[in-house]
Amino acid sequence: MLIQRLFLSDRGGMVVLGLLALLAIAVPILTLAVPEGSALHMSTYTVTLLGKFLCYALLALSLDMIWGYGGILSLGHGVFFGLGGYCMGMYLMRQIGKRGVYGNADLPDFMVFLNWSELPWYWAGFDSFPFALLMVVLAPGALALVFGWLAFRSRVTGVYLSIITQALTYALMLAFFRNEMGFGGNNGLTDFKDILGFPITADSTRVGIFLTTVLALAAAYVACRFVTASRFGRVVMAIRDAESRARFCGYQVESYKLWLFVFSAVLAGLSGALFVPQVGIINPGEFSPLNSIEQVIWVAVGGRGTLYGAVVGAFAVNYTKTWFTSAYPEAWLFALGTLFVLVTILLPKGLVGLLSRRATDEVKNP
Amino acid sequence: MRLLIPCLLLLNLLAQPAWAEETLPLEESETATVVLPTDFGDLVTALVEADFEQRREIVNHLAILSDHRSLSVLSAMLESRLGRTSDTPMRIVIVSKDQDPDASDALTGESLGKASALTIDSIAVNNSLRGELRTLLARLQLNAPDTAIRLAAAKQLISDDVDTEILPLLQERLKTEPDSKVKATLTTVIAMAGTANEDPAVRSTAVQNLSGELYPEVRAKLEELATNDIAVEVQSVAKAALASIVSKITFYRFMENLFFGLSLGSVLLLAAIGLSITFGVMGVINMAHGELIMLGAYTTYVMQQLIPNHIGASLVLSIPAAMLVAALAGIVIERGVIRFLYGRPLETLLATFGISLILQQLVRTIFSPLNRQVSSPSWMSGSLEINPVWSLTYNRLIILIFALVVFFLMTLIFKHTTLGLKLRAVAQNRAMARAVGVRADWVDVLTFGLGSGIAGVAGVALSQLTNVGPNLGQSYIIDSFMVVVLGGAGNLWGTLVGALSLGILNKFLEPYAGAVLAKILVLVFIILFIQKRPRGLFPQKGRAAEA
Repeated sequence: MLIQRLFLSDRGGMVVLGLLALLAIAVPILTLAVPEGSALHMSTYTVTLLGKFLCYALLALSLDMIWGYGGILSLGHGVFFGLGGYCMGMYLMRQIGKRGVYGNADLPDFMVFLNWSELPWYWAGFDSFPFALLMVVLAPGALALVFGWLAFRSRVTGVYLSIITQALTYALMLAFFRNEMGFGGNNGLTDFKDILGFPITADSTRVGIFLTTVLALAAAYVACRFVTASRFGRVVMAIRDAESRARFCGYQVESYKLWLFVFSAVLAGLSGALFVPQVGIINPGEFSPLNSIEQVIWVAVGGRGTLYGAVVGAFAVNYTKTWFTSAYPEAWLFALGTLFVLVTILLPKGLVGLLSRRATDEVKNP
Repeated sequence: MRLLIPCLLLLNLLAQPAWAEETLPLEESETATVVLPTDFGDLVTALVEADFEQRREIVNHLAILSDHRSLSVLSAMLESRLGRTSDTPMRIVIVSKDQDPDASDALTGESLGKASALTIDSIAVNNSLRGELRTLLARLQLNAPDTAIRLAAAKQLISDDVDTEILPLLQERLKTEPDSKVKATLTTVIAMAGTANEDPAVRSTAVQNLSGELYPEVRAKLEELATNDIAVEVQSVAKAALASIVSKITFYRFMENLFFGLSLGSVLLLAAIGLSITFGVMGVINMAHGELIMLGAYTTYVMQQLIPNHIGASLVLSIPAAMLVAALAGIVIERGVIRFLYGRPLETLLATFGISLILQQLVRTIFSPLNRQVSSPSWMSGSLEINPVWSLTYNRLIILIFALVVFFLMTLIFKHTTLGLKLRAVAQNRAMARAVGVRADWVDVLTFGLGSGIAGVAGVALSQLTNVGPNLGQSYIIDSFMVVVLGGAGNLWGTLVGALSLGILNKFLEPYAGAVLAKILVLVFIILFIQKRPRGLFPQKGRAAEA
């Protein structure tokens, strides 16, 4: 009933969920059941790539929640993505156990290399998967709570907020590059062996992670849809369109923004956590300001203010990027730059705005 | 230069092996006293035929004569650069210290061309003669009319161990020395010599006199005395003197940090002024600002390639050239992109970020992704030495001054020109400004051009401090945004205070926290700071502020 009510007016969302269901059925069959020689066989490379795109779509969804619906442009969402990823990475590091280069069961390789004698306190507990999962939610959420509380309370808005978030991700990048931080410095965390006891490079594990990602994205989509259709979502959009007016109507603008920000950060953290086991590495590069701003452009290309637009944008931009960086590696930055300019000037509603006028109407009266 | 002298000595030894055979027999044969001539020229000529003992007497006479040529002849002799030509009439020549040395007549100063074209036998010196020459030279230099020579000689004596023979000479000179700096240095030299005295009382007084002297040699000597001196009171006095030196050094380290902070601040100021204009006045976040700085730096590089022989001139010419290039690029950006996005700051931010990516890649394609080296003119290298532990490098000093000049020019343009007036009018109330006949979009173009031009100028300055590469702009953009956020948008004085205080804060945190952590702490500080003052140190007042 609820789902029906939510998606009655969201045809794009139905399509996205339908496609996700199709992926969930087709990918395992094409990878595991179809023999390798067959033209229909899907390689693990493609599965991983698709999985990566799905993670990006989840991240784009979280950005769209805050930018498209909340009107808050965060240029530092890579921070939450990265934190989620590091939490997962720490769990995977602990799973390596004795199989590291130095064969030390108590310490990850890079700590042995740095002559550390014991595990730092903040690594405690990461042996356990539930704890790591909890941290995937808590670490980005807590940072978003503190940062958002500080920022929104003092009414930092618009470009000021964007710049501050960019500074945040820049600061964290610098911090994580330091070996003393205990997160592997420049190299980050890598060389993972298994997850929940399954070897991480095995085809079946990869398909498993892929399915989890599909499920997570679908669940997140429904959750986002639920939030945006709720009373909370309506107030958030009112704040986006006329902050002062919403405040004068008696709404606690700061707390609405804050909880939206935290929700978005948790989603970003989840996408980071799903991303790491698929690509097999997490390093401070994820915190680079360029990454965060690239994520914003996914949403802009897809069409902000529509949830399925974010998903479309993440897929479209990343597919183009994959194709470009292998065909014309030199020209990718030219293309990306031009994309930034053209989308902002010519396509303020993104690709989905081109496709249907319904999308435009929906932004105005959801 | 230091390498040259030993090289030259070696060269002389290799070139004239003949002197050894010639002079050795001379030493044995005649030892009878010869009546020495009193004329400078005759004395110098007599050096050739004399044995070592006689040479000793002759050089003493030369020093007493205090002829203006004595200094050059004696120092040339000490470094084996004094010689005789083999042709007739024989000339006494001085060989210069250059790599391909020139020869000149020791008596007339007349240039004789390259030394390699002549056959020159150098006039030999032995160790005792060398010692004698050093003392004589010290005396001559300390009595030289030129203050700079006296100061250099006195400073040299601090690092050399002073012979007891020179000591009375120094004391005598101290009485007549007019210059206070030379006097102070001489006192230090005498005190240093005093620390070697047998009498502990004399040593204590000497140590007391050394208190507060910043020369590293003095510190080393005092440290040695504080632990090793046989007299306990000398040890304690030395410890006290060391403590006073350490506190003085701490003070100058503080000054040094302050200067580094101001220097960093001046760079930030240059980078942020343009940003403050475009952001503050037009409300446009220009993420490509850093790349405009980079364009300025590359303009400097290109100018230097065009005029490779006049580095100074090319640098000066780079300032207007970089300003022009960056301003034109800025105007193109404004007309081509930003114009369509007024009133949509977040989209402007994204579009200009795209432009910054394009510009970076453009530079990579044209100039290669590697860093380019821009050389500094001679008047920007070297440093201004204030005391032995504190010196200011000229390039940083000049850039600090340059940044302030640019800043004051900007405030002048803002306050006292028609453009400035219109600019402020448009910033305050666009509709009203248009109503009274200001062409607002024209003002936008000029404002953006001005802000971008300043970015180009910043690039010229940066090219003198760091390598010029495609990422040059990126590394400064976040910092300069922080400056604008801290200072308050659109307020030039806010930008000045913001830039300098951020620079100083950064440099003072660095020694305690390390460069990276310092940067992080500064960012945290700014995030906390805007809790108190969300619109910066100097927020815009009035209706414009809420727009």
